[in-house]
Amino acid sequence: MLKRLTTLAAALLVSTALHAEPVSGGRANVVIQPEPPSLMVGLVQNGPTQMVAGNIYEGLLRYDTDLQPMPQLAKSWEVSEDGLTYTFKLHDNVKWHDGEPFTSADVVFSADKFLRETHARLRTSLEHVESITAPDDTTVVFKLKQPFGPFMGIFEVGTMPMIPKHIYEGTDYENNPANNTPIGTGPFKFEEWVKGSHIRLVRNEDYYEEGLPYLDEIYWHVIPDAASRAVAYETGVVDILPGGSVENFDVQRIAAMDNTCITDKGWEYFGPHSWMWLNNREGPTADKRFRQAVMYAMDREFAKSALWNDLGKIAQSPVSSSTRFFTDDVNKYDHDPEKAKALLEEMGYDGETVRLLPLPYGETWQRWAEAVKQNLGEVGINVEIVATDVAGWNQKLAEWDYDMAFTYLYQYGDPALGVARTYISSNIAKGSQWNNVEGYENPKVDELFAQAAVAVTKEERQQLYTEVQQILTEDVPVAWLLELGFPTIYRCNVKDLVTTAIGVNDGFKNAYIEE
Amino acid sequence: MADFWKRFSRNRGAVIGVVILVIVLVVAILAPVLFPQSPWRMVQRPFLAPLDMPSHPLGTDALGRDVLTGLAYGAQVSLLVGLVSTVAALLIGIPIGALAGYFGGWADDALMRFTEFFQTVPSFALAIVLVAIFQPSIYSIVAAIAIVSWPPVARLVRGEVLSLRSREYVEAAILSGQTSGTIILRQVLPNTISPIIVLASLMVATAILLESSLSFLGLGDPNLMSWGYMIGAARTVIRQAWWLSFFPGVAILLTVLALNLIGEGLNDALNPRLARKGK
Repeated sequence: MLKRLTTLAAALLVSTALHAEPVSGGRANVVIQPEPPSLMVGLVQNGPTQMVAGNIYEGLLRYDTDLQPMPQLAKSWEVSEDGLTYTFKLHDNVKWHDGEPFTSADVVFSADKFLRETHARLRTSLEHVESITAPDDTTVVFKLKQPFGPFMGIFEVGTMPMIPKHIYEGTDYENNPANNTPIGTGPFKFEEWVKGSHIRLVRNEDYYEEGLPYLDEIYWHVIPDAASRAVAYETGVVDILPGGSVENFDVQRIAAMDNTCITDKGWEYFGPHSWMWLNNREGPTADKRFRQAVMYAMDREFAKSALWNDLGKIAQSPVSSSTRFFTDDVNKYDHDPEKAKALLEEMGYDGETVRLLPLPYGETWQRWAEAVKQNLGEVGINVEIVATDVAGWNQKLAEWDYDMAFTYLYQYGDPALGVARTYISSNIAKGSQWNNVEGYENPKVDELFAQAAVAVTKEERQQLYTEVQQILTEDVPVAWLLELGFPTIYRCNVKDLVTTAIGVNDGFKNAYIEE
Repeated sequence: MADFWKRFSRNRGAVIGVVILVIVLVVAILAPVLFPQSPWRMVQRPFLAPLDMPSHPLGTDALGRDVLTGLAYGAQVSLLVGLVSTVAALLIGIPIGALAGYFGGWADDALMRFTEFFQTVPSFALAIVLVAIFQPSIYSIVAAIAIVSWPPVARLVRGEVLSLRSREYVEAAILSGQTSGTIILRQVLPNTISPIIVLASLMVATAILLESSLSFLGLGDPNLMSWGYMIGAARTVIRQAWWLSFFPGVAILLTVLALNLIGEGLNDALNPRLARKGK
C-alpha cells in the first residue's frame, strides 16, 4: 500500500518520476546516528549497525515496500503445499569479500549455528524449524515442525544475515578479530572505520549481480549533534539524512531546500508503532473505561501535524497499517473529549494523579508528553510528568513502576513477529521493556495469537488477526499513538535509494547519483 | 529607616532595579488572574510569530502555547526558586559560620574544612549531579541550589563574627554570664545582618540563573513552566523561531540585573562607610 507523503514531498517527487539510465561512479555521503557499536550484524542488531552493515552483509531475500519477497542471495524459492518445506535456490557465483566462495554450507552455518546462538529475535522464529539442510552447494531446505505464517518474512539482512562459515566456525564468535573487519557478500566492502569520524565502504568489484552496485564508495559520517547534522546537509558535507538524523522541527526547513527530496518509505518492514504503556495492574489505568477515555482524550491528529510534520499515520489498531493482516475494521478512537469525560464519570474517577514517563529520546518526545498531559488534563485527568533518563526509563518499565509511559517498537512485517509479544500473557515478566509490560491478560487473545501464528492460509490468519485487533481495540491494553514516519532526506539526484522495506539499510545496492 | 531610603535612592541603578523587580513580582503574583489559562494549554497554531495575532503578542511555541503566559508563570517559578533556595542556603550557612567564628579553635577548623570541601567542587556540576540523582523536581532543585550556595554565606558570617567576637560589648555579655547561644543570637548575629542582606540579594540572582541553567539542560521540574525550560525547549528551533528563546532570555536578564542593582544599592545604603565616592 502506498504510504502518504507530505504534499511538499509529493510535489518534489513528481519531478523525479522521469527516470534516466543509471550511471556508475560517485560517492554517497551519509549521516550515521549514533555511531554503531559494531558492524558485525550477526552479533549486534541495533539500528545504526543494521543501517551500515545491511550494505556489507546480505540475507537470502529482500522485501519490497509491500513486504513481498525479492531475490537476494536466493535467486528463487519454493514453498510446499503443506507449508512445511521451504526450498531456496542460491546464486552460484557468489564470493565473500575475501574471495572465498559462498555456498549453502554458509547458510546452514549462519541460520542453524551462529544466529541461533547470537540472535534472540531470530531464535524465537527458528523454534518452529525442525531442520536446515543443504542437499547441494546451491540449495538450502528449511523443514518446519508445523506451519509458521510469518516464516517467509525472516530472511531480511538484519534478521538473518549470512555469516562466513570459513571465518567463524569453531571460534569464539563474540571475540573473533574478524568482527572489526566485517566480511560479507554484499555490494559494498568494508574499507575503514575511523572512530568518531567516519565509516568508509567501497564497491565490491566481484559482486554477483552484473553492473551493480553503481556507487564507488559510501562515506558514513559520524556527527553527534542534531543541529550539526542539519548544517552538514545544508553545507553539502552529506547528501543523505536517514530517518531520525535531524530533529523533526528541522525537517520542514531542510526539505524546502533546492534539489532536496524526502520520503517516508523504507520503514515498512519495521513498522515503528508508538503507544503509551498503560499499567493494567493498578491505579485508574487498571480500569478499561479509563484507558478508553485516554484514547478519546488524546488529540493525535495535532501531535502528528505539530510534532511529526504530518509524516506517519494515526495508529488505528495494535497492528501497523504497513504490517500484514492490518484491519481498520476496529473500534475507532477519534479526538472526543466529551466521550472521555462521560467514561471517566461512569467509572467514578476521583482525580487520582497518574504518572507519565516520557521517552527520553529528545525534544520531540518531551513535547509530545507535554501535549498529552495537556489533552488529558482537559478532560479532568491529573497527570504528573516524571523526568527520567534512558537508564531510569528502562528500569522503571522493567520494574513496572509507572502508570503511563511512551514507547515505540518495531513490528517486523508480521503480527506474529512484532505484535503478539506485547499482548500475550505468557510474555508478562519483569526485567524487559519489550514484552507485555502493561500486564494485559486475556485468554481469548492468547489463543487467537497462538492459532494465527501457525494457521496455514492467509485467509485464515487474516480472520484470526482481525478478531484479535477488534478485541484489543475494545480493551485498550495500551494507548496507541502514531505509526511513526521517519523521513529519509536526500538530494534529488540520488536515485533509487529507497526501494525496499528497510530503505537505506540495504538500499545502496541500487542507488546511483545522476550528474 | 528614612535615612536608609535616602541613601538607597541615591543610587539610581538600585531604584531601577527595584522598579523592575516589583513589576516581575506583580506579574508573578497576578499571573493566574491575568492569564487564567494554564501556560501548558495549546491555544493557537504552533510557531505563531510575535504580533501576528493581538491575542498572542509574543507568539506561540512549538506546541502552540502562548509565550506571554509562559513568561508570567515562569516568573513565579524563578522567583520562588530564587527566594526559597536562598533562605535555605542562609539557614545552613549562617549557623555554620556563626559557630565557627564564635568558638574558633578546632570547631572553626572542622567547620571551615567542611565548608571548603563544598567550595572546591564546581557548584554547577555539583548541582547537576544532585538533581540527576534525586530526580528533577522543584524540591530537588531548590535543595541542590541551597547546597551549592551556602559556603560563601558561612565564610562571610564567620569573618564578621570573628571581628565582633573581641568587641567590648560581647566580652561584657560573657562576663554577665549569658550563655553562648544567647550571645550569638542576641549580640553577635544582629550586627552581621547588613552584609548578609547584601549577599542574599545577589544569591537570589545566582539561584535564578542556576535554576534556569538546570532547566535549560532538561533537568527542570517537567511539570513547571520556567524560563530556563522555555529557552531549553526553544534551543532546537532557534533558527525557525527566535522569539521562543529571546523573550525568556530577556526576562532572566532583567530579573538578574535588577537583583544585582538592588544588591549594590543595599550595599551602599547599609554600609555608608563603604559607599563609593561620587554618588
